[in-house]
Order: sequence, then structure tokens, then C-alpha cells
Amino acid sequence: MAHTEGRWTEAQPIVSLKDVRKSYGTVQVLNGISLDIMKGEVVCIIGPSGSGKSTLIRCINALADIQGGSIQVEGQEVHDAKLDKLALRKKIGMVFQQYNLFPHKTALQNVMMAPVKVLKENRVEVEKRARELIRKVRLEGKENSYPGELSGGQQQRVAIARSLAMRPDIMLFDEVTAALDPETVKEVLVTIKDLAAEGMTCILVTHEMGFAREVADHIYFTDKGVIVEHGPPETFFTNASDPRTRQFLSQVL
Amino acid sequence: METVETFFQWLRQSHGINLTIGYDAWDRAQFLSGLWMTVKLSVLSILFSLLVGVVGAWAQGAQSRLLRLPVGLFVTFFRNTPPLVQLYFFFFALGSILRVQNDAGMSVPMISAFSWAVISLTLFAGALNTEIFRSGIDAVPKSTLEAAEALGFTRLQTYIYVVLPLALRISLPSLGTNLVNLVKTTTLAYAIAVPELLYSAAQIWSEQLNVREMMTILLLSYILLVAVLVWIMGRWERSLRIPGYGV
Ligand SMILES: Nc1ncnc2c1ncn2[C@@H]1O[C@H](COP(=O)(O)OP(=O)(O)OP(=O)(O)O)[C@@H](O)[C@H]1O
Ligand SMILES: [Mg+2]
Repeated sequence: MAHTEGRWTEAQPIVSLKDVRKSYGTVQVLNGISLDIMKGEVVCIIGPSGSGKSTLIRCINALADIQGGSIQVEGQEVHDAKLDKLALRKKIGMVFQQYNLFPHKTALQNVMMAPVKVLKENRVEVEKRARELIRKVRLEGKENSYPGELSGGQQQRVAIARSLAMRPDIMLFDEVTAALDPETVKEVLVTIKDLAAEGMTCILVTHEMGFAREVADHIYFTDKGVIVEHGPPETFFTNASDPRTRQFLSQVL
Repeated sequence: METVETFFQWLRQSHGINLTIGYDAWDRAQFLSGLWMTVKLSVLSILFSLLVGVVGAWAQGAQSRLLRLPVGLFVTFFRNTPPLVQLYFFFFALGSILRVQNDAGMSVPMISAFSWAVISLTLFAGALNTEIFRSGIDAVPKSTLEAAEALGFTRLQTYIYVVLPLALRISLPSLGTNLVNLVKTTTLAYAIAVPELLYSAAQIWSEQLNVREMMTILLLSYILLVAVLVWIMGRWERSLRIPGYGV
């Protein structure tokens, strides 16, 4: 709790939530969530619809504010009036269910825009990096296509490349395959798996249980704004003790 | 020129169609200066009203009520009153107050009839442009803005690089309709004796008694002016078209 920026080391959690509470009006959405994520870990959050998974993930990069508790990213308190939002967003990349690409920009321009406009980096260098990222998400040849000309899976991979162009330390994925058809789900999951294998810290909200089991170091099950159960996939899927978790798993597995 | 004039003389003598602007240099000059005046009125009002629209739409989306309230009143006022009355209000009510002494010690208007016409038309069309841009801005999905925010864009950067380019594309069709209306509405300047197209045509027909001919010419001139504007808007729309994007 007391560590401040500059003193953070990799031995400490890269993301640390303590008793996070969040409400919309009178609706309590997060009811005291605590979790610690170490650098390079891949964490999956699962749970029924409306249990606050998206809200949780949006609080981590300050897209939503919290009413109680604390969230620290690399030792820096996120919900602090003095927070440097740009510094935080440079550290955290985010990918959404609906891709949310800029429809008036080509795939390449989408990837380049934030480094050029936000970080004011050199355009030539950014372009080189952007082309590499597009290759990395296996979309070479689509650089000059507009989002409207790409399939859902391709758009989602552009969105991943766009986030990576900011060279984040942490990636947040909010049901990024939920809007895709089964064939394209795989190509996006492969991309995420590559990232995880490279040591990127990933926090994923997902309904893909097979995938969670395969890539996750740790799985959290949320319901009604609290973490009901968590553990490494081996024990989580086979030895879940909480009845709600068991019921949920029996429905989705 | 010689043959053109001979043709119009012949048209008049053998068919009774009296197009004085075809053979009478004075009438032609008057007509062309009217046409030019209408073009100037249109272009200036279009440009200024676009500016009013962008600024107004931005202010309407502002956090501060202090900014939103006056813009709301402005839009309501100019949308719900007749443009002719607005023009009269500016020219006669405001114009009679805004007067200065000239060198000879005479009281003269500070703002010319032409300028009042531009101001009045600008505000009239600007109020509508404000609404058009506003709905364009509102149509940009919140999730797209959130993506920009998550990438570290500031509000202003998001507005410039994401909101405006998308809102403009969404707004263009309604904007075109409004600007065409604006060109047609420039005829109101006739009412405060700005020598625009309608005014000069009326001068000609009351002198030459060729009302039918000049009316026809007048209508055709406006069709031509509007056609040019529609063509420009079409070009603009096409140049902004995004492959695979459905607006
Ligand atoms: N901006 C908002 N304003 C008001 N209520 C909200 C808002 N966003 C979310 N909520 C409410 O918060 C609760 C949790 O929503 P959230 O989107 O975090 O759930 P989720 O677990 O991501 O669900 P899903 O699996 O359907 O995506 C819901 O009851 C939702 O209605
Ligand atoms: Mg969600």
C-alpha cells in the first residue's frame, strides 16, 4: 500500500487491487475486490454477465473511477487526483469487445496514430514499428485496408497491434473474442497466446474456458461484484469449492 | 458579342421574347453585378455559418452550463423565428442604433446593408449548422472515444483526430441541404435593398416590362447556383468517403 512510484520493483505486484468498491448511482457494481498480479502473469477473469468484469478492467486504467479501496499499477495509485493519466495509459494497453478502431483510418494509420499524436514520436520510426506489429498479428498486406474492409477477427488483431504500438507493460482484454465467429476466434487467441508467451502481463475477461485453462496462470471467478473463487487453472477447473462457481462452470464447460 | 446581340434582337423582334440582358450592355452589367452579389452573399454566409456551426456544436457539448445555455438560446431563437424578421431586426432595429458621424458631420450607418445581410444569414444558417454538427458529433460511438482515451488521447486530441472527422462525414448530407437553403435565402437581402440577383432582375423588369423573361432567367440562375453548390458538396462527400464505412 505504501509503495510509491520509483520504488516499485518487479518483485512487487505490477497491478494491485485492494478492496476496490465501485457503484453507479445506488447500484453497487464492485463490492471489495482484491487481487495482485505479478509482471508477466496471465490472469483470466470469468463470471456471469453483469458481475462487473468490464467495470473492473475499466477501473484499472482509470476509464472509470472508484468509490473505495485502491488500485496500484507499478506502484502508482491510479485513482489519485494528481495521477498523470498519459503515463498510466502508456503503461496499459486495452482491447475491447467491439474492436473500436478508428473507421476513417487505415489499419496502418490506426496503429500509428497514438504514438505519433500522443507520444509525438518520429513518424518514420513509428511506421517501421507499426508495420512490424501488423506482421506480428499476421496481417501483412492489410496495412492500407480500412476497418470496414476487414473481418471482425482482422479488425480485432489491428486493435491489438494498435495497443501494442504504445509499448505497454500490461494488456487488458475485455471479451475480445465475444463478437467473433468461431473460426476467427482462433486467430485472435493465437495472437494473444504469442503475447503471453513473450512475457506480456495480460488481464483477460473471457468466456473461452479452454483458452483460459491453456494460457492463464491464475483464474478469478467474479459474481455480483466480488471474487468468489480463484486459483491456478489446474485446481480451479477441477476442484472449485464454491457452489456458484461450480454451477457456472457446469454451464460453460 | 456582335452575333449574340443580333440573336437576342432577333428573338425579341420575331418571337416577342425580350431578353434585354442579351443585347443591352447596361442591363447585362446590372444583372451580372446582381449575380456576383448573390455569389458573394452565399459564399461569405456559407463560410461564416460553417464556422458558427463548428464552434456552436463544440460549445453545446461543453461541460459548463454557462457555455451551453447561450448557444441553446441562440439556436432556439434563430430556428424558431422567420429569417426575414431576423434580417429586419438586424437592419432596422440594430442598424438604427449602430450609427456614426461621418467627416461631414452626418449620421451614417456603421454597418452596410450587405454586411447586415451576411451577418443575418450567417446566424440563421449557423444555428442550423450547429444542430447538424451536434447530431453528427453525438452519432460518433462512445466506445470509439473510449478507445482513444485508453490510448492516451486528451479530450482535445480526441475531438480533433476522431470526433470531427467522423462527425463531418455523418453531417455532410444534412449540411448540404441547409447550405442549398441558405443560397435560396439570400434573396431576402432584397428586402433591405442589397443589389443582389433578385433585386437587379426586378430593376430590369420594372424598367423593360419583361417580367416573364426575367423571372425565367432568375429561376434558371438559382438552379445553376444551387447545381454548382450541390456539385461541390458531392465532390467533398466523395473525397471523404471511407471504403467499407456506411455513412
Ligand atoms: N456506465 C454505466 N452506468 C450505469 N451502470 C453501469 C454502467 N456500466 C455498467 N453498469 C452496470 O454495472 C454492472 C456490471 O457491468 P459490467 O459491464 O461490468 O458487467 P460484465 O461482467 O462485464 O458483464 P458482461 O459479461 O455482460 O460484459 C451491470 O449491472 C451494469 O448494468
Ligand atoms: Mg463486459
